[in-house]
Amino acid sequence: MGDMLGKLTLDAVPMHQPIIMGAVAFMILCGLGVAALITHLGFWRTLWSDWITSVDHKKIGIMYIMLAMVMLLRGFSDAIMMRMQQALASTGGPGYLPPEHFDQVFTAHGVIMIFFMAMPFIVGLMNIVMPLQIGARDVAFPYLNNLSFWLTAAGALLVNISLGIGEFAKTGWLAYPPLSEIAYSPGVGVDYYIWALQIAGVGTLLSGVNMITTILKMRAPGMTLMRMPIFSWTALCANMLIVAAFPILTATLAMLSLDRYLGMHFFTNDAGGNPMMYVNLIWAWGHPEVYILILPCFGVFSEVISTFSSKQLFGYTSMVYATVCITVLSFLVWLHHFFTMGTGADVNAFFGITTMIIAIPTGAKIFNWLFTMYRGRVRFTTPVLWTIGFMITFVIGGMTGVLMAVPPADFVLHNSLFLIAHFHNVIIGGVVFGCMAGVNYWFPKAFGFTLDERLGKISFWCWLVGFYLAFMPLYALGLMGMTRRLDHVNNPVWHVYLVVAMVGAVIIMCGIAAQIAQITVSIWNRAALRDLTGDPWNGRTLEWAVASPPPAYNFARTPIVTTRDAYWEMKRRGLAHNPLPAYRPIHMPRNTATGVIVSAFAAALGFGLIWHIWWLSIASFVAAIGIAITHSFNEDRDYYVTPDEIAENEGKYHLASQV
Amino acid sequence: MIIPERILNKASETAGAWRKVRRLASSLSLLLVTTPLLGGCQFAVMDPKGPIGAQEKSIILLSTGLMLIVVVPVIALTLAFAWRYRASNSKATFAPDWSHSNRIEAVVWLVPCLIVAILGSVTWVSSHTLDPYRPIAAAAKPIDVDVVSLDWKWLFIYPDLKIASVNELAFPVGTPVRFRMTSSSVMDAFFIPRLGSQIYTMPGMETKLSLLADNPGTYEGISANYSGDGFSDMKFAARAMSAADFAKWVETVRRSPRELTMAAYRQLAKPSEDVPVGYYGDIASNLYHDVLNKCADGSSCTDDNVRLALAKESFGAVGLCKTSESRILR
Amino acid sequence: MNIQARPLPVATAPLAPEVFEVEEEHHDAGAITTLGFWIYLMSDCILFASLFASFVVLRGATAGGPSGREIFNLPYVAVETSCLLVSSFTYGMAMISAESGKRAWVLRWLGLTLALGLAFMGLELHEFAKLISEGSGPDRSGFLSAFFTLVGTHGLHVTSGMVWMLVLMAHVLRNGLTEANRTRLMCLSLFWHFLDIVWIGVFTVVYLMGVA
Repeated sequence: MGDMLGKLTLDAVPMHQPIIMGAVAFMILCGLGVAALITHLGFWRTLWSDWITSVDHKKIGIMYIMLAMVMLLRGFSDAIMMRMQQALASTGGPGYLPPEHFDQVFTAHGVIMIFFMAMPFIVGLMNIVMPLQIGARDVAFPYLNNLSFWLTAAGALLVNISLGIGEFAKTGWLAYPPLSEIAYSPGVGVDYYIWALQIAGVGTLLSGVNMITTILKMRAPGMTLMRMPIFSWTALCANMLIVAAFPILTATLAMLSLDRYLGMHFFTNDAGGNPMMYVNLIWAWGHPEVYILILPCFGVFSEVISTFSSKQLFGYTSMVYATVCITVLSFLVWLHHFFTMGTGADVNAFFGITTMIIAIPTGAKIFNWLFTMYRGRVRFTTPVLWTIGFMITFVIGGMTGVLMAVPPADFVLHNSLFLIAHFHNVIIGGVVFGCMAGVNYWFPKAFGFTLDERLGKISFWCWLVGFYLAFMPLYALGLMGMTRRLDHVNNPVWHVYLVVAMVGAVIIMCGIAAQIAQITVSIWNRAALRDLTGDPWNGRTLEWAVASPPPAYNFARTPIVTTRDAYWEMKRRGLAHNPLPAYRPIHMPRNTATGVIVSAFAAALGFGLIWHIWWLSIASFVAAIGIAITHSFNEDRDYYVTPDEIAENEGKYHLASQV
Repeated sequence: MIIPERILNKASETAGAWRKVRRLASSLSLLLVTTPLLGGCQFAVMDPKGPIGAQEKSIILLSTGLMLIVVVPVIALTLAFAWRYRASNSKATFAPDWSHSNRIEAVVWLVPCLIVAILGSVTWVSSHTLDPYRPIAAAAKPIDVDVVSLDWKWLFIYPDLKIASVNELAFPVGTPVRFRMTSSSVMDAFFIPRLGSQIYTMPGMETKLSLLADNPGTYEGISANYSGDGFSDMKFAARAMSAADFAKWVETVRRSPRELTMAAYRQLAKPSEDVPVGYYGDIASNLYHDVLNKCADGSSCTDDNVRLALAKESFGAVGLCKTSESRILR
Repeated sequence: MNIQARPLPVATAPLAPEVFEVEEEHHDAGAITTLGFWIYLMSDCILFASLFASFVVLRGATAGGPSGREIFNLPYVAVETSCLLVSSFTYGMAMISAESGKRAWVLRWLGLTLALGLAFMGLELHEFAKLISEGSGPDRSGFLSAFFTLVGTHGLHVTSGMVWMLVLMAHVLRNGLTEANRTRLMCLSLFWHFLDIVWIGVFTVVYLMGVA
């Protein structure tokens, strides 16, 4: 029995830690509650056949965003726990979290927010919107798309399992060795970290391949690259970064796991290992990763600001070039994350200057958004508030970022709370605001009804105020010499700032609550908020040219594009919303359970590896490969939507949109 | 309508409470906004006690000032444009198809370029002048300190004085201190915020740093890189003192009966938290070298391995020099 | 939204073919798959680049253990290399046969490729086993970790290529040289030649430069 379960015993469940057990109980209760609700509504069959096994890019996108929102709650609980701990433990007391728990909390917070909140959010938005924007019926590899999502979900599952069975890494979100080596982290925490990221990483990489192929090969006729909406451009660049950067992460984590599992010496202290190599490699992935997150958000803001200013985007061409510049430059700056390693003045100066150069295209983008509003008619909807909030917040974050790109400034600011404030300033102010703008903007497209504006605005203001209250004190604390990741300090002056920061986090929590309320209330009032036109904002790009939610095949007939802002042009010429006289059958892929089953085995494989349950790992690996191979022999993969069905769908939509 | 007194009282009470909150808030915001600029004494980085920190502070102020040239107008214009071109303002010009202007494009690309060019020059020059490895020019003869970060305390070895201390770093004021640093187990970062420049300490590797204190005083020293459970208490006192006081301090340490032999070092290197200050009156010779090259771990020293490998490469012969022999070569 | 500016319709034309495609465009599924596979290969290329970089960094980190010059046997590796190079040629022959629709020959050439791949893997595993038995396993030094990982990752790729080849042979046996199977053969062909190129890198950087 002992051998059967590897290192896993009952002791792995942290029964003696009430906070963790409470969280686990809460999660189980939520899960049971959701399951009960689904049973009550008789929704299981639909859930399985229309969602879990779906290969429809819009549904997969929605599932990605739901995953991201759930993980946002998890990651945010970690955040508020940290703020509470530092506020409580800054006058000499120990606070309520022991170091070994606090260390897991900040590690989990970083990992969850980047890999399982921001990434799925971005990939979800790209999934929902990009194929519609380029006038495609679907992505290039619909089955792969489903698999990508479920692999990401499998990674997220492992992170959540670590809460109740065993522990999570206590190393910080990038798991620098030698701390993450077996000698200093003998527990399973780092293994959970490694396998969660490896499995989710494969999903992300496959998704990247899929999206690039989609953009390069599936655009509607006439949509040249320079007519493509900016969001799709940023999606193209972000996915190129994914394909170029994620293999580095895979290789780096593989080397770390070889050190841990097979006693190799890539990053160990002894026998020739070189921990500095890990730091270089992980940031060679890590810095592009930042741009993978922010570029699509730049795309969201571009779409939002142009639509709600009722005006073409200012400087489209320079926007595209700026995006491409950032994409290329993002691979030339990684060393600015460790100027303090003593690499030498020439190298430091080189990477400092390349970092500053990135500020130029980024600055140009900000100005382009500004001049898009100029001589426009700006409607202050929720997405616009997020965008303006972003523009103001992001330039501050950009400024502190460039400041830290000056190596001598970094020598005193590095690893301090100033750094924490900086990257939250760009990631919350850029990525989170971008995702929120995107959700408010495209929600009606995905679901057919708009979101409640009042609650949306309340959520925005809470986030904005909460953000400034939570992070401006951290800038100050950084200048006072407070470093990151301290579980306790004894300094009454710092205490005041830490309490303010905690209040900020509580206000952000209100913002999240308002967000949840917004979605709930909107679903409740969906009849009143219903949008039958498919174009509630008077949009400009092709995603607004179809019904909301769009039919599985997206476009009854593929549109021909002649200009940028293709849908705006169609409306201008009075050619939108005319039913077509005849439809042709549309070739569509069938749903498949392969993706979810393979991912379930991948999760089991990861779990087996984490706990050294070798039979489980081998069996799951063989099963996953076997199922994928069997799937390749499945020839019943597609079907045709008949012209009658299309005519019925389209008739309803056109009738509604004429009103 | 008559308002009951109770409610009135309550109202004035609340108003009083609100006034208090407001006063607290305003003093707090004043604190938040102004102190970093004024360099209040709490802001260690903005109130440096040595030339390195002082130069770094001025670079921070200069860079921030340069960037504010763009940042302030952007924030102002964002608010101004959003307000001016709000949809309800029908008086504002509306040009829905206007989306290009070479002149504006030129400005929005060139101005950031210009600023980055200036900032880039500052970066290039200051990266070299403030290179942590660069010796500090001063009249006084520099003193050497070898630093080892341990789980979770700091060991300071004075190789010339043959003494060592734990969690207390003393040095004469106005004298450059040349640090050589390594770590015994995981990565840490040696940082005295009041004096400037931090640098990583890494096992099996050596980093260097030179610092100087202008004013006597005790400054907090920390590890600025998370290194595990006991990290939060991994602090030391950096005491800049007059030459006479320093000589006295050295005498105090010398009087300590403890000797930092390799065995004592191994004992010290075991993980411990919140460690009090400790002194070693004598140290084993080559201790820092042996820690850096992992000779303590029982196997051969890493620098010997490298030398051995080099010898093999150049002579093509194996087993010519044994580890012990090659150490004599040193 | 009462205050949005709708574009003014300038003309109300009947459905115009210039707005919607009348003939349904047939996306070439084969070309899409091939492009997707190319992009995947580029990402794999970066995976190998990371491992090559690590190998170069750790090449000197022998930690008192053997260096490349002491453990590499160039003639042995030359035989290994030729197995893989010839297998690329035989795979090319399989593709030519596929072009001309000769199913039996496709299977024969694939079989031969598989045999050469097996020979390559046999030689590689034998080298690994010998090194480990001599105490020069991957846990001996940073250099050996990097060596085993780089060469082993290539070997894992070759192994998965062989499994894939078996699956494709089954596909071809079952359905013949259909459009889908030709695309699959094309992708595996790209993969196999790619592994050949990576091996040339391994041979040069690890073995030739290792004994130089």
